[in-house]
Amino acid sequence: MIALVLDGGIALLTIGIAAWTIRAADDFAAVVGFVAYGLILTLAWTRLGAYDVALTEAAIGGGATGVILMRAGARVKPAPVARPSKRARILVGALSAAVAAGLSAIVLLPPQPAPSLALEVRQHLASTGLGNPIGGVLMAYRAADTFLETVVVLLALFGVWSLGRDAHWGGRAGPAPRPGEGGALPLFARVLVPAGIVIGIYIVWVGADAPGGKFQGATILAAMAILAGMAGRYPPGRSSLSASALPAFRSPAPSSPIRPASRSR
Amino acid sequence: MADALTLAAIAVLAAVALGLVRVLRGPSRLDRMMAVQLLGSGGVAVLALLAVASATDAILDVALTLALLAAFASVALARALGDARKDGGETGR
Amino acid sequence: MSVLLGLFSAVSIVAGIVFFVAGTVGLLRFPDALTRLHALTKADNLGLGLIVLGLLPYSGSLGAALKLVVIWALVQFAGATVAQMIGALAAGEHPPFRGRRRR
Repeated sequence: MIALVLDGGIALLTIGIAAWTIRAADDFAAVVGFVAYGLILTLAWTRLGAYDVALTEAAIGGGATGVILMRAGARVKPAPVARPSKRARILVGALSAAVAAGLSAIVLLPPQPAPSLALEVRQHLASTGLGNPIGGVLMAYRAADTFLETVVVLLALFGVWSLGRDAHWGGRAGPAPRPGEGGALPLFARVLVPAGIVIGIYIVWVGADAPGGKFQGATILAAMAILAGMAGRYPPGRSSLSASALPAFRSPAPSSPIRPASRSR
Repeated sequence: MADALTLAAIAVLAAVALGLVRVLRGPSRLDRMMAVQLLGSGGVAVLALLAVASATDAILDVALTLALLAAFASVALARALGDARKDGGETGR
Repeated sequence: MSVLLGLFSAVSIVAGIVFFVAGTVGLLRFPDALTRLHALTKADNLGLGLIVLGLLPYSGSLGAALKLVVIWALVQFAGATVAQMIGALAAGEHPPFRGRRRR
């Protein structure tokens, strides 16, 4: 009974936040709503017993994606909002409802018996040396898939690197800490980044036999790197591959006259 | 015992969800950000309560990750707001 | 002994919930951003801290108890940093690098 109240509350919150985010007034509000949605979704996954997914949602939805969206939104020039016609909106609404109904049907009324390889996964798990079946799937049964994900990300990085303008590479990674900003953010980065690295490695390590794994741990490590960049902890480097290559770190508008202070070291 | 802890989790979630009204109404961006920060801490509290209620250590790991990264999102939002203010004289609406 | 422990946990967790409710009420009812920030940080620190304190006797193992304390320390530290940053934004000025603030 109590569990029902908790689960019902989480479900209502999820739908409510999602509805609000869609109708948010501006970019910032939408990103804030998205971060809140990620937080509530973490609770939902936890209640469903999918702890690995909850870890991923906490890492990505709760933290990393909000930051990336924020940085991207800051870069996009505010364009006049084009409201689609009423007919287009009704059509999109109907299509979305159809997709949702289809997904609900698959989840709530699966064909009996539901097609699944979970039994085989569990049977052969001992031979992989892992105790976490999800880790077994990612690292042993579908190891090539996991490896190729990394290759795809590398290719995307090379693509951005090759196609980006020269003016955007090199120099300080991330906005410089403004003089007089105080010690809050740099102190935060100084303390949290080492702790975050330890926690990230711990999550990878614990993922062998319990919920966790390389995906969540790697997201934590990436978030710590972004945090270090945000706090200006990276030394300025000339076209260094590691720091300045990642678009998340680029200072916006390098030729902007508004912030001359950030051009200095 | 587990029931009492789950009840406590419901209470915290309800309290924090009410704070989301501030996200709806909040006249300024700061208010919206603060409501999300509250949701983050409340979420961590709910997860901690659920972890002890069901004696599942995995939920503690989820709470740890959430604690680490929800604050990171708030800091990034605050930083972006600060950048926007500096650049364009953003009023913060 | 365990009755005493249970009582201590119950009191601590209820107090933590009270602080969370107080934080929400403050967030909703206080007039401006700075005062709402004040309410928020109370919920962050004391709300979560008291709940963690109440959960410590029942955490099941030393590792879990340590994890709870680390979680609380992380949230507190992050809450303090966010409070500083939001406070600077809400006050509408950045503290001067050197010298005194002009009022």
